Amino acid sequence: MGAYLIRRLLLMLVTLFGMSILIFVMLRLVPGNITDIIFDSAGFVNPAAKKKIERQLGLDQPIVTQYVSWISGLARGDLGYAYVSEKPAIDEILPRIPVTAKLAVLALAFSVLFGVPLGVISAVRQNTSLDYALRVLSLSGLSLPSFWLGLLILMAFVHWFGWIPIYKSNTGSFWHDMALLSIPAAAVGFRSSALVMRLTRSSMLEVMRQDYIRTARAKGASDVAVNYDHALRNAVLPVVTIIGIEAAFLIGGLIVTETVFNIPGVARFLVEAIRWRDYPIVQNLVMFIAIVVVVVNFIVDMLYVVLDPRIKYEE
Amino acid sequence: MASNFVRGFCAAVVALALSAPAALAQKAGGTMRIYHRDNLPSGSIHEEATISTVSPFMAVFNNLVVYDQQQKLNSPETIVPELAESWAWDSSKTKLTFKLRQGVKWHDGKPFTAKDVACTWNKLTGKDKDDFRKNPRAIWWHNLKEVTVNGDHDVTFNLNRPQPSFLSLFASGYSPVYPCHVSTKDMRTNPIGTGPFKFVEFKRGESVTFARNPDYWKKGHPYLDGIEWKVIENRSTRILAFVAGEFDMTFSADVTVPLLKDVTSQAPKAICELAPTYVSTNLIINPKAPPFNEAKIRKAVALTLDRKAYIDILSGGKANIAGVMLPPPEGLWGMPPEELQKLPGYAADVEKSRAEARQIMEGLGYSDAKPLKVKVSTRNIAIYRDPAVILIDQMKKIHIDGELEVIDTSIWHAKVTRGEFAVGLNLTGVAVDDPDVNLYENYACDSERNLTQYCNKEVDALIDKQSQETDFAKRKQLVWQIEHKLAEDLARPIIMYDRAATCWQPHLKGFVLHANSIYNNWRLDDVWLDK
Repeated sequence: MGAYLIRRLLLMLVTLFGMSILIFVMLRLVPGNITDIIFDSAGFVNPAAKKKIERQLGLDQPIVTQYVSWISGLARGDLGYAYVSEKPAIDEILPRIPVTAKLAVLALAFSVLFGVPLGVISAVRQNTSLDYALRVLSLSGLSLPSFWLGLLILMAFVHWFGWIPIYKSNTGSFWHDMALLSIPAAAVGFRSSALVMRLTRSSMLEVMRQDYIRTARAKGASDVAVNYDHALRNAVLPVVTIIGIEAAFLIGGLIVTETVFNIPGVARFLVEAIRWRDYPIVQNLVMFIAIVVVVVNFIVDMLYVVLDPRIKYEE
Repeated sequence: MASNFVRGFCAAVVALALSAPAALAQKAGGTMRIYHRDNLPSGSIHEEATISTVSPFMAVFNNLVVYDQQQKLNSPETIVPELAESWAWDSSKTKLTFKLRQGVKWHDGKPFTAKDVACTWNKLTGKDKDDFRKNPRAIWWHNLKEVTVNGDHDVTFNLNRPQPSFLSLFASGYSPVYPCHVSTKDMRTNPIGTGPFKFVEFKRGESVTFARNPDYWKKGHPYLDGIEWKVIENRSTRILAFVAGEFDMTFSADVTVPLLKDVTSQAPKAICELAPTYVSTNLIINPKAPPFNEAKIRKAVALTLDRKAYIDILSGGKANIAGVMLPPPEGLWGMPPEELQKLPGYAADVEKSRAEARQIMEGLGYSDAKPLKVKVSTRNIAIYRDPAVILIDQMKKIHIDGELEVIDTSIWHAKVTRGEFAVGLNLTGVAVDDPDVNLYENYACDSERNLTQYCNKEVDALIDKQSQETDFAKRKQLVWQIEHKLAEDLARPIIMYDRAATCWQPHLKGFVLHANSIYNNWRLDDVWLDK
């Protein structure tokens, strides 16, 4: 296991190194650069002044020098300066991470707390009216675009309560924050829970036809024990995989929800930084998201061992 | 004598009685909440050419003079003193001297002096070491020879030649005085002014906040404790938020004609005013790019324009057909409809013009079977894309098969400046309703913001001539003469001047929406909340 862990950590480092090169090169292949964009708000481009800004930002340096400068800074914890705001990139990125993290955790909690039990119920009550109702619900969750659902929620709140649940930075308390975020989290979590629910259902249906389930029932085990202790535990592996993928997605993929609910999170900021070709922000944020994805995948792999003792990561 | 005194006394009492309630009614306190439509590029007004920067940050600064914030129309008659208490021209009309207000302090406590004024205009004319990174309105000050400081509170602007409208340039929201002791870099991120509100914080993509300046030179002002601009990029969300009462005011001209119906029905108490934006929708043709290097094709494109169709489709018939200058009644210099019709390409009978255009195209060998294929470039924003689609439809009627080329909004100006377009659809905002601003900025040979690089020395000479003309009527005739020339040369044909609404809640008082510029009425030192 120890050797596996070391191998795995090394693989994570190689993945991140590859990602860093990919991000760096791809960003520079996109047409337009920060100097064009800085000038855009002035309604013209002055070639001489543009060159001067490029020099100031170090963009006239060879691409390898720029890469080494970024990666060595990253190793020292220096993320550089944001081109647009001219502030340290860390000061721009750091305050946004907790906002997105809270939203992602809430959305994930929503999807697991609703998706898994409803998936089990749907499987256990297969082909009943409850199953049909839950399947319709899950299909609508997968079909409704989250921006549309988000807008509907906002309109409903304005119409019925005369109040709009968009993000506020100074709500005063952690719980108030969470309550306000729970509405967009529900909008995102609805789609995610539908996915989890469908996967739990199909996985459960497959497991419940296994001999050991029949044996458990024959032994006189209760429905709850059969469904949750025996069936769910064996059906949960693909569900954990999909939850892991969703968790990684939720850190960087909430652009639409963050835009509709006006949440100043990581995803919206990343898209905006790409639009502005704000290289230090984009590079560091994408690296952050890559780290989250790699770590979540690692955690999921470790969870497999906990959930299924037959899985062993050995030589 | 006694009766005169009694009459005077009574008049004074009546006047006091009439004015007192208004004066006493203003309530101090409260934070004005207003939404912002996008992420603003920086806090330095001089370096930007967008309402996104000038509307929030104008409240941080003062000008030497400013357009009266309580008058709807900007004109030379509505210019009032700000940091300058008075001004005077010399007999040659080439020296403009300002007597400056004393005892004014910058937000960091340092005193404001004539040196700051000189510094600001030295930066604008490229004579200061710490110059601006971008200087989009450098052309405004092309006639300024030098600024001389005559003591701490007296400054003279020396011009190369007389320019009667020179004072109007100082009155725009785009002409604040910057402090000498703060670097241009710091002015982008942490601006210091003398204005009614101090800059507090700019959270990118989130909010910009300002707090009351307790040492503001205008005693008793501002009334508000602060202003909070919240950035909401999604239009549906921000309009809903306004309807829900989350904001006291919408962003300037953010409510389009179709949206206005929604807002007024959902928030019937809101005050919404539809006004010209002084932003033109215009056609840019690159005369160096084939096939538009052929003058006949450029003429044919101009002849196919049905301006009324644009106005009906895009603004429900509310926008204005216009030439280069904003038309009356709001515009001081624009042509009335009967004059406009005399301009080439503005004939009321569009079908007749199109027949002529088709004839031109057929003469060049094009037909329905063999159309001319072109790319119509525009910026990837709805207000650009929508008219571009109409343009493609209208060009189809004269054997031109246009394909929409949507350009990433962030590189639009870079591409246009490099001439990487054949025909395009563009929007152009004008800050001051004065020909010197509009004509020099957009049509003079040496202007950096002359996007099509149109250059006609004869027009340049006429622009200079109107700039020196002191008689309003004569100057107007010269401006109309220039309009004719520009229309003949197809220099950025103007399709329309749009109208859009700004809305505010009934408890927001003291705000007057200007009718011939969206850039000059954001000082907000008279605004108060009746809550």
